[in-house]
Formats: sequence, structure tokens, C-alpha cells
Amino acid sequence: MKTLKYGEAIREALIYAMERDPSVFIMGIGVDDHKAVFGSTKNLVEMFGKDRVFDTPISEGAMTGIAVGAALNGMKPIHVHIRADFLYLAMDQLCNIAAKWHYMFGGKMSVPLVIRAAIGRSWGQGAQHSQSIQSFFMHVPGLKVAMPTTPAEAQGLMLAAIADPNPVILFEHRLLYDLSGHVPDPPAAIAFRLAAVRREGKDVTIVANAYMAVESLKAAEFLESRGISAEVIDPVTLVPLDEETILASVRKTGRLLVVDSGWTSCGVSAEIAALAAEKAWAALRRPIRRIGTAPVTCPVSKPLETAFYPNARTIAAEALALLGLSSANLEVPALTTTFKGPF
Amino acid sequence: MLTIRVSEERVIAIYPSDKIQSPVHLSIGQEAVAAGVCRAMRPTDHLHGTYRSHAIYIAKGGDLKGMFAELYGKDAGCARGKGGSMHLVAPEAGLIGCSAIVASTIPVATGDALASRMRKDGRVAVAFFGDGAIDEGVFFESVNFAVLKALPIVYVLENNRYAIHSRVSDRHKQTRLCRLAEGLGLKGRRYNGDDAIAVYRTMSAGLEKARRGAGPVLLEYMTYRGRAHVGLERDFQEAYRYPKEEALTRKNDPIKALAADLVKRWGAKRKALAKIADDVAAEVDAAVSFAEGAAFPAPERLYADVFKEVPPA
Repeated sequence: MKTLKYGEAIREALIYAMERDPSVFIMGIGVDDHKAVFGSTKNLVEMFGKDRVFDTPISEGAMTGIAVGAALNGMKPIHVHIRADFLYLAMDQLCNIAAKWHYMFGGKMSVPLVIRAAIGRSWGQGAQHSQSIQSFFMHVPGLKVAMPTTPAEAQGLMLAAIADPNPVILFEHRLLYDLSGHVPDPPAAIAFRLAAVRREGKDVTIVANAYMAVESLKAAEFLESRGISAEVIDPVTLVPLDEETILASVRKTGRLLVVDSGWTSCGVSAEIAALAAEKAWAALRRPIRRIGTAPVTCPVSKPLETAFYPNARTIAAEALALLGLSSANLEVPALTTTFKGPF
Repeated sequence: MLTIRVSEERVIAIYPSDKIQSPVHLSIGQEAVAAGVCRAMRPTDHLHGTYRSHAIYIAKGGDLKGMFAELYGKDAGCARGKGGSMHLVAPEAGLIGCSAIVASTIPVATGDALASRMRKDGRVAVAFFGDGAIDEGVFFESVNFAVLKALPIVYVLENNRYAIHSRVSDRHKQTRLCRLAEGLGLKGRRYNGDDAIAVYRTMSAGLEKARRGAGPVLLEYMTYRGRAHVGLERDFQEAYRYPKEEALTRKNDPIKALAADLVKRWGAKRKALAKIADDVAAEVDAAVSFAEGAAFPAPERLYADVFKEVPPA
């Protein structure tokens, strides 16, 4: 056991895998530059050479297809996107090609591809540099999707993704890169289908992913001061989803609040709310509530941007409303983060 | 070539029975391109194609029974009935996949070539696509990367003059499509795609260049689409076609031309050619019978193969 930051934990996983498997390589805009994708690829080009760690032309569509083709011919590419927004340019290759190759050809071939994509909370990055678009990829059969929250999960799921014979997309929330946590030594893979119980409670279940799980834990601390016991469940892997852990909590508390870093419409929160309504209806004592980013494009102006995102305070207010309690005068800490732009 | 023609004519004969419940994009009239290209490739070389996939599947050595069973949606099909006509596949013969999204396998083939260079496996990858694919951005993005990294790949542009019902000249100012990649550092060459031997020779030279590490090659083969974009019809009467094209198509039938050439220049005996025709007919008969008799996938196959099983750690 040792303590690493989230970005360092990813880097250690990459080194661990690349030292053991010569077919693993890393490509993407900026993976070999001095910024090194929040430090997660720092010095890897020096360690493994330019053939295994390389920058790419700004051609997300073709580069994704190139990663798929390399995967089909015996390699294990890790394609890195410093902004998840760029994945829109790769939708054809991800959804029409990578997701379908195994099924469409009767299981004859598979695509062992890893995609890393950083999602926001914005620091003025605005409309096209901060989106949390995980739900798009949950919709298409054939893609595995995860949002690691802790350094151990970032490391363990990276190793699992590399070992997986299928395409896997890992969304990394930008505000998590500097968070520290324990990781196993040596690194160990974590099997997909994981919902982590971040905090146990009995009055209300808050299902929240990635940075929203961090904010939900702050909200839960505040709720405790009001005598409310909140359970926080983090659906770390979205595909496959650990339904049982979520449903067990809902059955225990009878109250469900879902928080997502993306939009609510057709999103992660919609899926989890539907899951609870379909499979734990009898246990629900109150209507399900959910929150995500406001149903608008992310604005830059600070007060608007602040209002765009859920935070510990809005999460606590929703939980109180779910319980039929007043949410006036909430003394919940506002967002605390050391993150500053511009990069 | 003849196997392709006879197979597709059989598809036409079967189609009204509704036993092939899937769109078919025929290569009738274009067989020389697939035949020449695939014959020049090594069995271990990788080919990536399009929804007009019967010709390359057959030419690359895919099993004919597996193809007809796939068209029938049977479990014994080359994609176990999941892919259909547009998604034929034969990895054992080097056909890695066919996609119904125009140009989408061009980058995949390019990545296949990247892996070959990294693994030093001696393979050349071939991206086989139509003139419509060169309209797409990924063609240019892929070529740029292949030139940059000097990848062992041959881009084969099968120009049948139409993207669905749209002429090349309605989509490009520069209609000599093999020139479009010049700014990226890739000089293409255009050849007669209805001459199977010329295709074979030029493709062989292209493969040799790519294999020795001299970087990517772009070959444009000119041909005619003998049928509608999709389906069985001869649609030369439609306004989108160039006038008098039907006559040109008949005059340049690549199979008849090759047969005549074989007799005249290569000393082939007519008897031997007739024997080939008989063998092909028998092979197609056997493949159709096999497909007719094969079983449909079991209902539980619907949910199979979304993901490949993760091996134990």
C-alpha cells in the first residue's frame, strides 16, 4: 500500500502494463509533451520510446480508427483525449466500428482498445472544453464505460481495461487528478462491474459518480449534522453497471437521489432512476430525484458557470427536499478545489 | 472473377424468394478490380472493405458456403448470421472486415498497417473503397498519418463512377481522384480496372513498394457499376447515369475480356475455360444448397457476442 495522486496512479498503471506487455502503446494529442496529460504520461516517451508513446495529428476520427486497426492486428492501443469533447469527432469509429466489430462479425474478432478522456468541471473552459459525455457511450452496446473516482480505481481499472479484449472508455474527471489516495503495491487490476459504497447510511441513497461522489460525501457530512444518514454509492463502472449494489441501497433506504456530472436528459441519472423504478419500485418511499448540470450549454461567466454545476450545497438541498425537509440556510461548504486553468 | 459473377447472378435469382432478407450491393461488372487486387496479395496480408463486399470476400479466399449461409442469415454464415451481405468477414483468409459506413475502414486498415510496422510482421494492409469514400475526411486524415509514418499500406480506390446516384463530377472539381492526396505527399496512379491482368500487375508493384518500407501507395482503378447502387436492377435508363454507358459496360465486360485475352495472348484452351465455368457453377450450387440446409441461429444467439469474455487474470 502506498499513497499516490490520481494522475500518478494512472501513470504507474501505464508503466506497469507497458513493462509487461510490449503490445501496449499510448497515442494522443500531447501525450509526449511537457504537460503530459495532467502528469499521467510524464516521462513515458523517455522510458518506452517514440514508437510506443506518440503525439498524433489532430485527426480524432481517423486516429480512433487507426487505434481500432492496430488493436485488430495484435496491439493494445491506449488513445488519450485531453478533453472528452473531442470524442464527438470520433463517434463513427467508436460507435459504428469499435463497438460493433465483435458482434457484427459473429464473435470472430474483438477490439482491445482503451480510450482515456478527461471530463470537466470547467474553469472558464466553457461550451466545448468541459463536457461530461459519458452517457452517450452507455447507449451503444459493445462499449465498456467507467469513471474511476479514487487513485486505486484509476489504477486498477486502467489495468483491467488494458487486459480487456473489448473497447473500454475511461472518463477521468479533471478535478480528481490531484486527489491523493492509497493504492496497492504492486498495482492490481479491479474487475469491471463495480459500484463502490463510499459511505453507509440508512435514510437516503445518493448515487453519484466521479467528482460528484466527492461533492456528495461533503453533502452527506452536512446532512449528518442535521441528523440524516445518507448512503453514498458511486457507480464506478457504468457499463457493465453493478445494479445489485445500487438496488440493495435503494431497498434499504427507500429514497433515491441520483447525481451526475453530465446532463440529466437521457443521461446516467435517467438510467439509474429507471433502474430503481423498474426493479425496486416497492421499496421506494418517496419519488426519485436527480440532478446534473443545468440543461444548457456550459457558460464561461463565473456566476453562471457556478450555477451550472451541482455541488455539495445543491446536493444537500435536493436530499432534504426528497425527505420533505426545509433546505433554508444550508451551511454546506461551497466548492473547494485547487484547480486553476488555463490548461 | 467468374465465381464472383456467377455467385451474384445466383443472388439475383434467389432474391425474389425473400430468402436473402438483407440489402445487396453487387459488384457485377467490377470483378476485375477485386480479383486482380486480391490475387496480388499474400494470404497473410490484411484487407479491409466496404458493404459492396461479395467480390473481395470471394477473391480474398473466403469460403463460399460461409458467404451464402451469411446472406441467408444462417448460423453457419461467416459472421454467424449477424452481419449479412454488407459485413462479410474471413479473418482466416485475411479479410478483416467490411463496413457499411462509407470510408470507415480506411483508418482501420491504416491502423492495421501501423501494427504491422510495430510488430514487424511483414504484412501489407489494403484499404479497399469506392469513389464515394474519398469524399470523407478520414481518407485524408488516414493518408496523412500513413505518409507521416511510412506505413505498409495500399489504398485501393475502386472508381465505379457513382456514389449511390451521384457522379464524381458532382462532388469534386478535381475528378482525377488519384491526385487528391498529392498535397499530403502521396501520388496516386490511375489504371484500367476492367483489365484484371493490369490490376494484378500494378497491385503487385504497389504491394512490393509498401512491403519494402517505401510508404503508402494509392491506386485508382476505373470501372463501371453494372447494377443499381443497391439491389438487383440494371438502371442504365435512369437520368443519373452517363448516356450510352450500358453499351460501354457490355463492350468492356471484364470477364469476357479476360477470357478472350487468355485465349489470344496466353494460349488458354477454350475447353479449359469451359471446365472452369463448370467447376464454378458446381461450387456455387453446393454453396447455395449448404445455405438452404443450414440452421438459423438459436434465439439465445441474439444476446451472444456483445462483448468478448474477459480472460481470467
